[in-house]
Amino acid sequence: MANIKINRKQFEKEIGKLNEKMQERISMFGTPLESFDNEEIELEIFPDRPDLLSYQGFKRAFLAFLGKKTGLKKYKIKKPEKDYKVIIDKSVNDIRPYTACAIVKGLKFNDEKIKELIEIQEKLHATVGRKRKKVAIGIYPLEKIKLPITFKALEPDKIKFIPLESDKEMSGLQILQRHPTGRDYAHLLAGKSKFPIFIDTNKNILSMPPIINSQLTGKITEKTKNVFVECSGFDFEILKKCLNIIITTLADMGGTVYQMELKYKKKEITPDLTPDKMKISLENTNKLLGLNLNEKQLKQLLEKMGYNYNKGEVEIPAWRTDILHEVDLIEDVAIAYGYENFEPEIPSISSIGQEDPKEAIKRKISNILTGLNFLEISNYHLTKKDDQFKKMGISGKQGNELIEVKDSKTDYDILRRDLSHYIMKILSENIDAEYPQQIFEIGRIFEEEYGKINEKEKLVLAISPGNFTQVKQVLEYLSRMIGIEMNLEETEEFPQHFIDGRVAEIFIANKRIGHIGEIHPKILKNWKLKMPVALFEIDLEEIFKKLE
Amino acid sequence: MQSTEKIIESLSPHERKILPFLKEKNINEICKKAGLDKVSTIRALEYLQNKNILKISSVKKRFIEIGVNGALYKKKGLPERRLLNLLDSKRIVGLEEGQKESGLSNDEFKAAIGALKKKAMIELKNKKIILNANKEEISKKMLEESLIESLPLEYDSLQPEQLHAVKSLEKRKNIIQIKDEKIISFEITDLGKQIIEQDIKDDKLIEQLDAEILKKGSWKTKKFRRYDVTSPVPAICGGKRHFVNQALDYARKIWTEMGFKEMTGNMIQSSFWNFDALFTAQDHPVREMQDTFFIDKKMELPDKKLVDTVKKTHENGIGGSKGWRYQWNEEEAKKIVLRTHTTCLSAETLYELSKLPIEQRKGKFFALGKNFRNETVDWSHGFEFYQTEGIVIDPNANFKHLLGYLKQFYKKMGFEKIRFAPAYFPYTEPSVEVHVWHPEKKVWLELGGAGIFRPEITIPLLGKQIPVLAWGQGFDRIIMDYYQIKDLREMYRNDINQLRKIKFWIK
Repeated sequence: MANIKINRKQFEKEIGKLNEKMQERISMFGTPLESFDNEEIELEIFPDRPDLLSYQGFKRAFLAFLGKKTGLKKYKIKKPEKDYKVIIDKSVNDIRPYTACAIVKGLKFNDEKIKELIEIQEKLHATVGRKRKKVAIGIYPLEKIKLPITFKALEPDKIKFIPLESDKEMSGLQILQRHPTGRDYAHLLAGKSKFPIFIDTNKNILSMPPIINSQLTGKITEKTKNVFVECSGFDFEILKKCLNIIITTLADMGGTVYQMELKYKKKEITPDLTPDKMKISLENTNKLLGLNLNEKQLKQLLEKMGYNYNKGEVEIPAWRTDILHEVDLIEDVAIAYGYENFEPEIPSISSIGQEDPKEAIKRKISNILTGLNFLEISNYHLTKKDDQFKKMGISGKQGNELIEVKDSKTDYDILRRDLSHYIMKILSENIDAEYPQQIFEIGRIFEEEYGKINEKEKLVLAISPGNFTQVKQVLEYLSRMIGIEMNLEETEEFPQHFIDGRVAEIFIANKRIGHIGEIHPKILKNWKLKMPVALFEIDLEEIFKKLE
Repeated sequence: MQSTEKIIESLSPHERKILPFLKEKNINEICKKAGLDKVSTIRALEYLQNKNILKISSVKKRFIEIGVNGALYKKKGLPERRLLNLLDSKRIVGLEEGQKESGLSNDEFKAAIGALKKKAMIELKNKKIILNANKEEISKKMLEESLIESLPLEYDSLQPEQLHAVKSLEKRKNIIQIKDEKIISFEITDLGKQIIEQDIKDDKLIEQLDAEILKKGSWKTKKFRRYDVTSPVPAICGGKRHFVNQALDYARKIWTEMGFKEMTGNMIQSSFWNFDALFTAQDHPVREMQDTFFIDKKMELPDKKLVDTVKKTHENGIGGSKGWRYQWNEEEAKKIVLRTHTTCLSAETLYELSKLPIEQRKGKFFALGKNFRNETVDWSHGFEFYQTEGIVIDPNANFKHLLGYLKQFYKKMGFEKIRFAPAYFPYTEPSVEVHVWHPEKKVWLELGGAGIFRPEITIPLLGKQIPVLAWGQGFDRIIMDYYQIKDLREMYRNDINQLRKIKFWIK
């Protein structure tokens, strides 16, 4: 989620007073007003609109929305002058194959503008750039560069320059190892035998994308008038859009944009602000929105969103990245129309509501148990290895039967395979609560069978202090109330947490559904429990089958 | 019937027991005569006060009581007395010998020497104790001894020499104890006096009605003791469903009332259903490990035709869409995740509908379930959260209908005033965010997300571009707001005391 901060004075001078109406307009444009004070206004920019990540971009779109400067904004782009060239060497093909470049001249930078430029760069990196993986942007003072520029890849030890925020020359590898920014992004070049660089005709390295610029040729200051801009990455289309977002921002700051000739195998010229075209159907628009617009209204609404419209065709600004389909245009029509102006409507179609039958059964079981004064608890589906295994007396091979989630940020890193250990945990966390404690949980557990993970609903119930007779009474009551016969059988094989001779298997017909018994003192000790516990845990799937 | 008679009928057995002895004034005395312990007696006095029979006043008083060692010394004599007795016969005694013969412990011996030195009754010279006192002085009772004998005493009534003794004994271990006590005294009111004068017969009143009384019919000749119906009783707690499940059942009821059918499904999902089928590009940040729980296993993909269509949609688009223009990887789609939203259930439902004839591909469905995200845990974040969502598949559905359903849904959830704002969600276009007005906090809360599923989702899954209205709502915040829980962790703490106390979901 990216936010932008706007100088309030500038906003009020160039757009309008930030009164209540304006605040509402901002939110209804789809840029929620996060906060504001006398100095600053903070807006949230949704991830599909990187073109709004600078004040200039926002102003352009918002003035159209307010009806002040509607339609597609035109920019004058000058043709490449002599040597306005970037040669793309084939050595970058396997590393970072594409770049889109431009030159912008006649800029007047001050602190504020440099800050704005750095911010949009960082925000584009963080969003569409996927943390520089997909797109990395570089802006350089043209005055220090001898054109043309070459984009190529070199062995890391052959790359030598002074990176930004440093005073020492470093090799490509040293930058990744020692420079703070280098370390942050080192993973993006990990395993590559060559690193990409931009280098000028004087053999000065401008930068090593996507890592860092040179201190000498890659730093914008208040003295900078003309800049070279490049975006590098893997998807030429995205790079061109990104470049367009930056150069239109620079043009809005007063710069003159020049194209550059990119010498790939096939020549390319960037930037290119020729609008994309897409068809929009009035009928589809009205049908999807439930409106009754005529063509003139459609045109007006589209123009309020910065598009041009002509006979069923929409011209889309070359800096918009989010228009994949007609529906994306239709949403913009809806925003221009104003969400607040839609009349909510409920169609009169009849349909029959139905809850999941299993939910109904689970609720009935809960009602039966709460009628016996049991409290329902509710636990996480993820659990800790120690709780699931060690504290329940399970060690060795059995303890390996776990389904682990990768890189959990907490020590809850396996899926629970029973509910019994959780009910023990809850009892152990409540030794200060008044006894007797009677609790139960209905919930899902996870089991792996033949490489497939199955999910099952289970019921666990515990009484503390409690004995076999007491839990058996509850089980029998439950069995009578739902009308399903359950039988207990003595068993040799039972979970380690029970006392031998005080544990039984529970059956419905000949299907084993769980165990019932008294908890062994050594397990009680593991959980620091000073009161005896008796519990049962049963599989509800068999009960669902019988009752559904 | 007024006053005295009615009051007499309402006296509990304990009150009756102490009533005749009220003139004793001293509570211990009353206890003894009424045969009650002190707690019961005081409680009975309080009840009598409630009935305006007497008026209790209490003062804090400081008492000097005898300590554990003090009680022992009262019998055996203080250490200094025992040493003095020894010296009385020997006059001079060596230190070691003195301790041995006096039978005092190390500490006691030191204390005894200290005390006697202070009184100038002995002198120490060359490791010897020399008696300095005459017979008369020896036989005279020490202040400390007199004090111990006369304990307990009230602090305020101590004589100067007693106070002196207290000061010196206070420093020694467990000889005396100073205790602050609340002393209850009471005045009998005029009403009380009247009542006490009356002849109160115990056997005429029925206390607990029991089977015996009913059998004998003895109630016919007796009266029922009147209860103080306003007096507090101990709290009890019943069994109940977990409050989160109560809230979920409520949401379930809302959906079914609105004619929606419940969708259920697995929490373990393939990335295909959780992401790809919902047109989430494979390089989207949400598919990274730091946000989502992955399991190091793979899952089979569904029907090849569906998989191919999804692949095509991602790569080059479908139904007029440009797609994401990248190479879609089948292996990536097989990765297992803990579902990050219930929307994967909606996707599966749409696909099931695609197996029906086109005109039957419609309906209203809802899901209610836990989802997961790889998060650390704090007051506002957790790795598991509840979400509810609904979809309407209807060839004639439009944006106005979506807003209509939302209005109805949130009204049933208890939010009368709502507004809609543009929003962005990857699966819907147009998208809406629902803001509800919180009447107590007087702010707009951003609650649910909604929209119409993108054609890139509906065409592959439903086999046709049919509008699907969809909205989802995180549920934990609504529950927290209702129960005024400030910390998300409270929801699954399972604190039995809290569960016993927490009120029902009454909506």
